[in-house]
Amino acid sequence: MVKIRFLGVQGVSLGALAFLYLPVAVLIAFSFNDSRLSAVWQGFTIRWYGVMLTDDALLAAIGNSLVVGLCSTVVATILGLLAAVSLERMGSARGRLVETTLVLPLVIPEIMMGVALMLFFVTALVPLGLLTITIGHAVMNVPVVMVIVRARLRKLDPKLEEAARDLGATPWQAFRRVTLPLLVPSIIGAVLMAFTISLDDFIVAFFTAGPGSTTLPLKVYSMVKSGVSPAINALSAVLIVVSMLLIAVSLWFQRKGGVALFRE
Amino acid sequence: MAWMGLFFFLPLLLVFVISFMMRGTYGGVEWVFSLDNYAALLDPLYLRIYLRSILLATATTLLCLILGFPLAYYMARLPAHWQAVWMVLIMIPFWTNFLVRTYAWIFILRSEGLLNTVLMEIGLISQPIEILYTDAAILIGLVYGYLPFMVLPLYAALERLDRSLVEAAADLYATGWSRFRRVILPLAKPGVAAGCLLVFIPSVGAFITPDLLGGARTMMVGNLIQHEFLVVRDWPFGSAVSFVLMAMVMAGLWGYLRWEGRSWLWR
Amino acid sequence: MADKPASGEMTGNRMDTHMDATRSRPLFRYVYVLLVVFCCAGCEQAPTTNGPARSGTGAAQTLYYFTWSDYVDREQLAGFEARTGARVVVDTFSSNEELLAKIQGGAGGYDVAAPSDFMVSIMVREGLLAELDLARIPNVASLSPWLSDLPFDPAQRYAVPYLWGTVGIGFDSAVVATPPDSWEVLWDPRYRGKISMLNDQREVFGVALRAMGHSLNETAPAAIEQAKRRLLAQKPLVKTYTSENYDNLLAAGEVALAHGWGGAVARAMDERPSLRYVIPREGATIWADCLVVLRTSRNKDLAMRFINYLLETDVAVHTTNRLRFASANREVKDRVDARVRQNPAVYPPEDARDRLEWMVDVGDAIRLYDRAWTELKMR
Repeated sequence: MVKIRFLGVQGVSLGALAFLYLPVAVLIAFSFNDSRLSAVWQGFTIRWYGVMLTDDALLAAIGNSLVVGLCSTVVATILGLLAAVSLERMGSARGRLVETTLVLPLVIPEIMMGVALMLFFVTALVPLGLLTITIGHAVMNVPVVMVIVRARLRKLDPKLEEAARDLGATPWQAFRRVTLPLLVPSIIGAVLMAFTISLDDFIVAFFTAGPGSTTLPLKVYSMVKSGVSPAINALSAVLIVVSMLLIAVSLWFQRKGGVALFRE
Repeated sequence: MAWMGLFFFLPLLLVFVISFMMRGTYGGVEWVFSLDNYAALLDPLYLRIYLRSILLATATTLLCLILGFPLAYYMARLPAHWQAVWMVLIMIPFWTNFLVRTYAWIFILRSEGLLNTVLMEIGLISQPIEILYTDAAILIGLVYGYLPFMVLPLYAALERLDRSLVEAAADLYATGWSRFRRVILPLAKPGVAAGCLLVFIPSVGAFITPDLLGGARTMMVGNLIQHEFLVVRDWPFGSAVSFVLMAMVMAGLWGYLRWEGRSWLWR
Repeated sequence: MADKPASGEMTGNRMDTHMDATRSRPLFRYVYVLLVVFCCAGCEQAPTTNGPARSGTGAAQTLYYFTWSDYVDREQLAGFEARTGARVVVDTFSSNEELLAKIQGGAGGYDVAAPSDFMVSIMVREGLLAELDLARIPNVASLSPWLSDLPFDPAQRYAVPYLWGTVGIGFDSAVVATPPDSWEVLWDPRYRGKISMLNDQREVFGVALRAMGHSLNETAPAAIEQAKRRLLAQKPLVKTYTSENYDNLLAAGEVALAHGWGGAVARAMDERPSLRYVIPREGATIWADCLVVLRTSRNKDLAMRFINYLLETDVAVHTTNRLRFASANREVKDRVDARVRQNPAVYPPEDARDRLEWMVDVGDAIRLYDRAWTELKMR
């Protein structure tokens, strides 16, 4: 009885997994389809990959995305780290209030953020462009960094820093030499997450973009809107495969560590 | 702090202020106080958009729950290393750009798309069925987009669940259904609540999915906001619409925290 | 989408604190899974870093050109880049309203834009345009006379006509057996789900208004209201409102009737020869998209050279051949490919001329349109 039920659950689970993978698989398969319009298989071709690679606008968009991603991540990491550390030193009541307000950007709808930033920049007469997108992403990412770093910070034993102080370290030295190294893994995690969020963001970029600041998601959006060129299938396939390969490689690298992480 | 103040709270405040202003004929803002925008929101026309968004988001949440619960339960019962594998498997599609994933559904659902081609090929239907540019397409897109938000917290909750409790219930002759209802569900409740919230918030403010899969035939709040800002150029009204959306989400969040019995987000 | 990992993290953290007292094991697992996952997603972009590194053109100038999404032709722009050494960056819009919203909304860095006729007059009134120096645009001499004397800017003070055309119905003659000659065909229930309409408030209302015998530029609330009701009645038949990919939809057979701009329909004819184009007998829009220099442009000299370049006969012939929109340059018609010249979707037949109407700015009545359009989209 229990077994049968469990099989049912397994069925649903496998179904859900198929639901998650089907669209992705379809896109990859049809990026090789030699037909501009039809969903009927008409032969194998790789020409859409050529079309994709010669699309200047697309390459420029990837470049923009990387610039915005890197800059906003640097800003967000520094500010998020500062916020996390100073929160730790605040009294608990005030700290809680500050923390709750700081994480608000995580829970308000993204479109609200896009609109608010656009109005703000326009009112402040800041010309829209890569700079404004970067600022927008940094705003989105400060709380992300803060939350991740703080989770780690809270696990640290305060005695470590105290010990350093007892041994004559200044507060700054104690932080630099003791706390910061312990935070490094969480900072790396935060950096990568912030970078990814920036690369994936459409809404904030949509509202705060200016001349020549089309990012990759904005470009994909206009490609999707303006038609069914299979070049976009090719682009999707590349994005999917690259990410899969990298997860595989990275899992392989940290197999020991990775499994240990999951087990711990 | 100053950074967030400048680029987050000030903009939010600005939206709030502008939502009480009036619009110029060709866009822009006339700095005259007025409650017109909020009064206009009471128009059944706009109420219906909010209602639609809430209904679609609720449906998305329920579907995610129905699909996500067995999945999370199944994962939680697997041996540890398989759990990790499944976790990675579930996350993989979500590293891919959201727009790309949405696009995949356009490709599948359009009337000469894959689904119809296959169904007609095997003779299940003789006429293409129209799914793309309907609410069904939006729903599929939203469920697809946000399912992991449901699975992850559910999994975290179920994974903690002590199996011996379920066994004890079985020993006490509880049927499968009552074991689920009386034991598993209550224990998974925090995960369910968190998952629902995580799915509901982005769904209710969704913009891309209804725009691309809905064919610009219908609107959710996200599209209304975009429409007011980028087509009609009525910034004050757009601001009011966004502010009400945010207030709604905040109210939901507050309710959730109350239900959780906590007064702060984190503790 | 972007708040996905963030919110995930949030839950993780919350649970963390919840259970700190007991055990932190599952939390760790949860957070780390997310991290690992996103680390990898983050790495994903690294290899592409080298791709787009554009060779720095040094002090070369950049021209920002804001135009319709189907007006981009890489070869045409490359010609200008080769000649001047400047780089052309193109962004696109899909409706005049979107153009205005972006320009008003602080996207101040564009040099050249391509608004349509009535939008030119709005932009002039809003003070968004720079006066042109016609001495630097000698090619205005080759404009068709009838286009160089349009009411919204009779002497090319602010705007030079670039491409022009009509709005009509593109239809698949294999599906729509009797060639339609009236807008009413867009209300024919036989074509339910096979109709696409422009995603453009003035154009869509224009269809209903013309179908009822009104002007495109009607300002009477009652007429607009009536048009709205007609369009609401039509909506169940409409598959999608799009200004961007109806040519693809027509070519792929997804729709059999598309309300659209002639040139786009003409392009779709290449892919599906059974497509035809008709300007309904009730009359339709004639439009001219113009080239303007924005007041905020930092490079007005280059902007005017660009406009002059686009009007050059050879360039204009290429443009019309490629984009399938008629050029405002009067010498172009005789030099384009015959099938382009003879295509009624590109060059409207002479007998259609007197049922075409220019769209003009409707002033405050635009609020009625805005409201009605929102209502149409809402239901």
